[in-house]
Amino acid sequence: MLWTFMKSNHGSSIPIVAFAVTGYSSVLLWRNMPARTIGAVEPNLSLMYHRNVKIIDVFAARLLLEAAGATTSFFVLSILWISIGWMQPPQDILKVLFGWFMIAWFGASLALLLGSLSERSEVVDKIWHPTAYLLFPLSGAAFMVDFLPQSVQKYILVLPMVHGVEILREGYFGSLVHAHYDILYMATVCLVLTILAFAQERHISKKVIPE
Amino acid sequence: MICMRNVVKQYQTRHGEVTVLDHVNLIIRHGEKIGILGRNGSGKSTMIRLISGGEQPTSGSIERSMSVSWPLAFSGAFQGTLTGLDNLRFICRIYGVNANSRIEYVQDFSELGKYLYEPVKTYSSGMRARLAFAISMAVDFDCFLIDEIIAVGDSRFHERCQRELFEKRKEKAMIIVSHDIQNIREQCERFCVVHEGKLFQFFNIDIAYNFYKDNC
Repeated sequence: MLWTFMKSNHGSSIPIVAFAVTGYSSVLLWRNMPARTIGAVEPNLSLMYHRNVKIIDVFAARLLLEAAGATTSFFVLSILWISIGWMQPPQDILKVLFGWFMIAWFGASLALLLGSLSERSEVVDKIWHPTAYLLFPLSGAAFMVDFLPQSVQKYILVLPMVHGVEILREGYFGSLVHAHYDILYMATVCLVLTILAFAQERHISKKVIPE
Repeated sequence: MICMRNVVKQYQTRHGEVTVLDHVNLIIRHGEKIGILGRNGSGKSTMIRLISGGEQPTSGSIERSMSVSWPLAFSGAFQGTLTGLDNLRFICRIYGVNANSRIEYVQDFSELGKYLYEPVKTYSSGMRARLAFAISMAVDFDCFLIDEIIAVGDSRFHERCQRELFEKRKEKAMIIVSHDIQNIREQCERFCVVHEGKLFQFFNIDIAYNFYKDNC
């Protein structure tokens, strides 16, 4: 459904395979990190008996694993499609990496915050999954902001991950696309999320009871 | 030395805040062996966890200037989905010990045989106790925190624990929580009773035990 939607609507010269790979990889990156940290503490509570093991270690280990996994999948898929000619190499690889980093930062800070909050209330777990699904079509994976009517653009740009995907796509496709993003806005949102996340993490660290 | 100063520990429960430890002070010097008595739920294990640093006090401070083991208890301290061997590697790494040089010792002491390569969650409590004990001996701490662990397991394990801990490591500090008064009497030189959040200290086991029997 998504594919037909994209094919019929984007109607431009953007190569569809590269469009799909950049879009879906980006979603995987920011969406899977919170899924990995929510409820991460409970199965590792017995390790909290060791004073050298802190809650942040559990989160850090899972986030690193998730970021490494998503990055590997993005790179391997890209290299594979490029080598068989289904995709062109990126125009500006540094900008692609920068966009990727910004999405990873957003995902990691959100994951740390939601993971910490999920220790205080199970509702976080219940709400996150439907929210993630609802955000997926809005996250810029299947469209570029430029395709949307101008009146909608400013609303969709409230979502920070849209900026990241736009940066990444500008890096990938160069002048083929007209990207809309605000690095400062995305960085500010990520920074605020990071600060809130560490505050929550600190709060639950003090309360943790090894099991 | 371990120094607990005015340590308070409170927990949130459904019927409000409960004070488990109320301004507890305790000093443990190198090589001292301290036995802790108290009823079930009196806060013995909480105190051990606070000393280990796995849990933070609500207020007060705990200073550690010697290496302290994690609480050797029936449960906990292991990641259940990992094998015994992987848990050994993990624990060695977090305490900065080379794991490969300790595998043989743990293999030998725990007597787990091929179960060392099975996930810890499939172990019986006796097997877990043997693994926990073997790994903690492999790391070689200055102070061992022993929360009832010697009580579990068969008499053979019991004997081997006695030999490893109280003969080979008799110069180490130990804090022992046990219901086995005989064991505490033989091994410890100081005694504590935890009662209603307070810590009472004694140098004589009979006085300590009488206090425990009369009040707890």
